Amino acid sequence: MFAATELNQSDRKRQGLYRVLFMLMTGLLILPVLLILATLIHKGGSIISAEFLFSEPTNGMTAGGIFPALYGTIWLVTVALLISVPLGVAAAIYLSEYAGDNWFTRVINLAIINLAGVPSIVHALFGVGAFVLFFGFGTSILAASLTLAIMTLPVVIVATRESLQAVPHAFREACWNMGATRWQTIRRVVLPNAVSGILTGVILEVSRTTGETAPIMFTGAAFFLPFLPESVFDQTMALSLHLYVVATQVPGVPDELPYGVALVLIAMVLLMNSLSIAFRMWLRGRKKW
Amino acid sequence: MKLEVNGVSISYGAQTILSDVNLSIREHEIFGIIGPANAGKTSFIKALNRMDMFTSSMRVDGQVLIDGRDIRSVRNVYALRSQIGVVFPLPVGLPLSVYDNVALAPRLSGTKNKKKLDEIVERCLTRAALWDEVKDRLDSLGSLLSGGQQQRLTIARALSQEPQLLMLDEFSIAVDPVTTMRIEDVLKELKSEMTIVLVTNLVQQARRLADRTAFFLEGECVEVGITEDLFTGEVKDSRTRDYVEGRFG
Repeated sequence: MFAATELNQSDRKRQGLYRVLFMLMTGLLILPVLLILATLIHKGGSIISAEFLFSEPTNGMTAGGIFPALYGTIWLVTVALLISVPLGVAAAIYLSEYAGDNWFTRVINLAIINLAGVPSIVHALFGVGAFVLFFGFGTSILAASLTLAIMTLPVVIVATRESLQAVPHAFREACWNMGATRWQTIRRVVLPNAVSGILTGVILEVSRTTGETAPIMFTGAAFFLPFLPESVFDQTMALSLHLYVVATQVPGVPDELPYGVALVLIAMVLLMNSLSIAFRMWLRGRKKW
Repeated sequence: MKLEVNGVSISYGAQTILSDVNLSIREHEIFGIIGPANAGKTSFIKALNRMDMFTSSMRVDGQVLIDGRDIRSVRNVYALRSQIGVVFPLPVGLPLSVYDNVALAPRLSGTKNKKKLDEIVERCLTRAALWDEVKDRLDSLGSLLSGGQQQRLTIARALSQEPQLLMLDEFSIAVDPVTTMRIEDVLKELKSEMTIVLVTNLVQQARRLADRTAFFLEGECVEVGITEDLFTGEVKDSRTRDYVEGRFG
């Protein structure tokens, strides 16, 4: 009764073939990540120590640690987040919950997509013109973080808007029916259920912000600074720029130093990603509907 | 709360879904609306609490007076909606705890007193015939209850608004027959406190509950009359008799 026909058999063979093919391609994706990590650990792992992380570079950056760069990157990322998350989330709430589908929102959506496609060096030049010169922040953490924030804004907006729209429309109507205003509905029902998606956007932003070099090069990151920044109006060193500098700009740097810096940079991104993913899973732990 | 509906027509784009409805709903009565699918019953309900505002293609013409006031002149639509409880056929348990689901409306209108909220939650869940099933798990998510329970939760939520007008659109679609009967008994009691509009596909349900009933058919309000008259054949339009006797629809 259930005997396979010839057609069944060839279908099954083909299905097996495609399965293997797709699996291989997925495997290929992981390969570069593993290779990069392995290379970095192999070549730079030996230099990592508490002293490397928490001391200043010495001997014209050919020896010593990376603390000012590490510290500066944390500053840059934090300030950039403080600017772009409220701005991006607010814009996404407006686009998803308040604005109708009209020419105005369509223009804004187009702008967001285009903003995401602008090369980072162009953002850097914009940052110089707007924040360093026009607003007079000088080359500072503030100018650099603003540049980073603008660059990553589309990611936050798109991720937030999509997670807001994933909350079923029926929930909103049920609230409106009870006489809730739009804002009451957003605050009590929509936002709490969109948090995990918003967090995804923030994770992506953190990762990208940590690694970017071009946007901060002209706006706030310094080649070498013998002191730590004290306010957002100071310049700072940054890990990504420091990596570029020790890898290409300074003669006589021992091989393991740039690999060590790269390893710290990647470890930072992976650590923050894992923390956020864990937090997100905890939020999602309870199925909501 | 009493309603006066004068020449109301509803259309979506070029398509007219309901035309020229004239009827009045008296205070403290259960007003039944019966009719086959696509008769315009749900759209009619949406027009009464101005849910048409949320559907850009939906257009309502004519006049609806609530206690003599044209609802289109009401600036504070939130106050209007908060006095009208609505239950739609598909249950919506909000992704909040069972307690918060029912406490939401009182909280929206400013009730913070925990004791008072407790009291409202228990009273409304009891009336919606759900209290016994959820009293030990008020903090579990309302959206994870079964379909029938969510429907009763939706009813409890509508009651928590302490509405003056309660509109139920096919409330029994997701509820088992025994629970339906319990809720029907509650509705008979609630009549002394509020006006009830009951949209139903089950003509017998209208017969059991409604004081007066309107028959909608393909976008037309065919007839409004004392419910018993419609069922004993004292009708103005023969289509009404055919429908209640089950000859079509």
